[in-house]
Amino acid sequence: MPFSTGSTLVSLRDVSVGYKHTIVLHHVNLEVTAASFTGIVGPSGAGKTTLLRVLLGSLRAQYGDVERAKGLRVGYVPQLETVNWNFPVTVIECVLMARSGRRVPWAGSTERMEAMHVLERLGIADLAERHIRELSGGQQQRMFLARALLRDPQVLLLDEPTSGVDISTRHDVLHLLADLHADGTAIMLTTHDLNGMAAHLPNLVCVNGHIVAEGPPEDVITPDVLEETFGARMEVLQHLGMMVVVDSHGPGRLAG
Amino acid sequence: MFETLVGPLSYAFFQKGLFVATLSGALLGFIGVYIVLRGMSYIGHGLSHAIFGGFAAMQLFAAQFYILGAGLWGIASALAITNVAKRSKLGADAAIGVITTASFALGVALFAKFGSSGPAFDNALFGSILGITNSQIWWLLVVTGFTAIMVFTNYRALLFTTFDPEVADVSGVRVARTEALLMIILSLAILVTLTVIGVTLVAAMLVIPAVIGRMLTDSFARMLVISTVVGAISGLVGMYLSYYAGVPSGTMIVLVGAAVFLVVFAISGVRGRMRTIGLDSHSERPQREVV
Repeated sequence: MPFSTGSTLVSLRDVSVGYKHTIVLHHVNLEVTAASFTGIVGPSGAGKTTLLRVLLGSLRAQYGDVERAKGLRVGYVPQLETVNWNFPVTVIECVLMARSGRRVPWAGSTERMEAMHVLERLGIADLAERHIRELSGGQQQRMFLARALLRDPQVLLLDEPTSGVDISTRHDVLHLLADLHADGTAIMLTTHDLNGMAAHLPNLVCVNGHIVAEGPPEDVITPDVLEETFGARMEVLQHLGMMVVVDSHGPGRLAG
Repeated sequence: MFETLVGPLSYAFFQKGLFVATLSGALLGFIGVYIVLRGMSYIGHGLSHAIFGGFAAMQLFAAQFYILGAGLWGIASALAITNVAKRSKLGADAAIGVITTASFALGVALFAKFGSSGPAFDNALFGSILGITNSQIWWLLVVTGFTAIMVFTNYRALLFTTFDPEVADVSGVRVARTEALLMIILSLAILVTLTVIGVTLVAAMLVIPAVIGRMLTDSFARMLVISTVVGAISGLVGMYLSYYAGVPSGTMIVLVGAAVFLVVFAISGVRGRMRTIGLDSHSERPQREVV
């Protein structure tokens, strides 16, 4: 498997998984290693989030084997759309939730310093006392990254980290993740953004009820793989050395 | 004015009633923060009705153990609601509607068939300061102490599971255990405050102080304090009004809470009202099936 160097953190072998009586993903074989920096791509309903949940351990495989490295530390960044932004917590309170094992309600000075250090690293230390609703999309993403990083994770799982954010924020998030990966954190993320996100990642897993293809973008982003994954014909163009995926039906224009 | 405040205190029953109402208001206001933020306001309403069934049954068969029996009844109802909502296609609302109203109907039937439809029945429904026993006060103190210790030692786990149960689960928080603990605390709190506030009005004291707290602050810790204080003040002032107006204590306690809500609603403006958006969503629904 490409990019599977380094020690194995999570391994899925012939895993089938779903909800109640419906299997969403069939016969999945996947390995997450310390060197992984992988995007899980596919259309809505393809099983991207389900795969992330299996890796996370919040969803049990109905068939097959899931193996995790002993004492594995996992950080998780949820989809921003699923968060209750009116919940009465400040940024620092949200980040400190990562230390929920402690028995006393208040944070000690060391805990607070650690949290502030992570916020500083992500460039949002000055927002620590703000309510979470007052943050921009990119700042919200950084806050959840800070919460995940406070657990010093070996693998970071992100669900649609660039969904609903502007181009500049998407660029920032991508660079931030590249820095974290360079520091030794394995990264797995879901995305449906082929041009803005997936094409820039070192490794991709294309999903549509099963794993259609896995490998670097230049091997995986092909018209045939995209058609099998998304159920629609697409063209892959080269522009200034970058891959650009376009709909084969052309831009068209709606009548109106 | 001084005489108005001190006069009723010459009666032992009022002293007990005032103490119990103030502490009950504080206890329900405190727990209400977790209930309201989880979008579970309806469960407080349902559980108080469910516990009434156990209360009525124990009054008939083993009155001296009514706290224990009705408490277990309430906890069983809470766990049944959670279980039915998760395992079946029924939503939490429907599960609460079926289980708790059936339990309430059973209580009414038992009262009608074997018990009296007089004061005991009315007191259970609307609350009364008359006849509060020392054992009731002790039970209230025990449950308040238990709640304080449990929330203190599980503060972070409760906060995390209230905010985001799925991420809490994968972050090492024992979510199922924490949610069961909250259900037990809620059932016990409803049980020990039932006789003063009343079955039909307990839910209001779980919701009103917490919503007031949410309108006034964006901090979880401050919301806990404000809600507890508003609950206590509602209990205290409501008891005096109940005494002078000659109406059931629960009604006046809730009306004081509602009056405070109206004042805060008026002065907190758009910002305060915006903070309460989303408090009506139900986190008890079955797990999302996002694929």
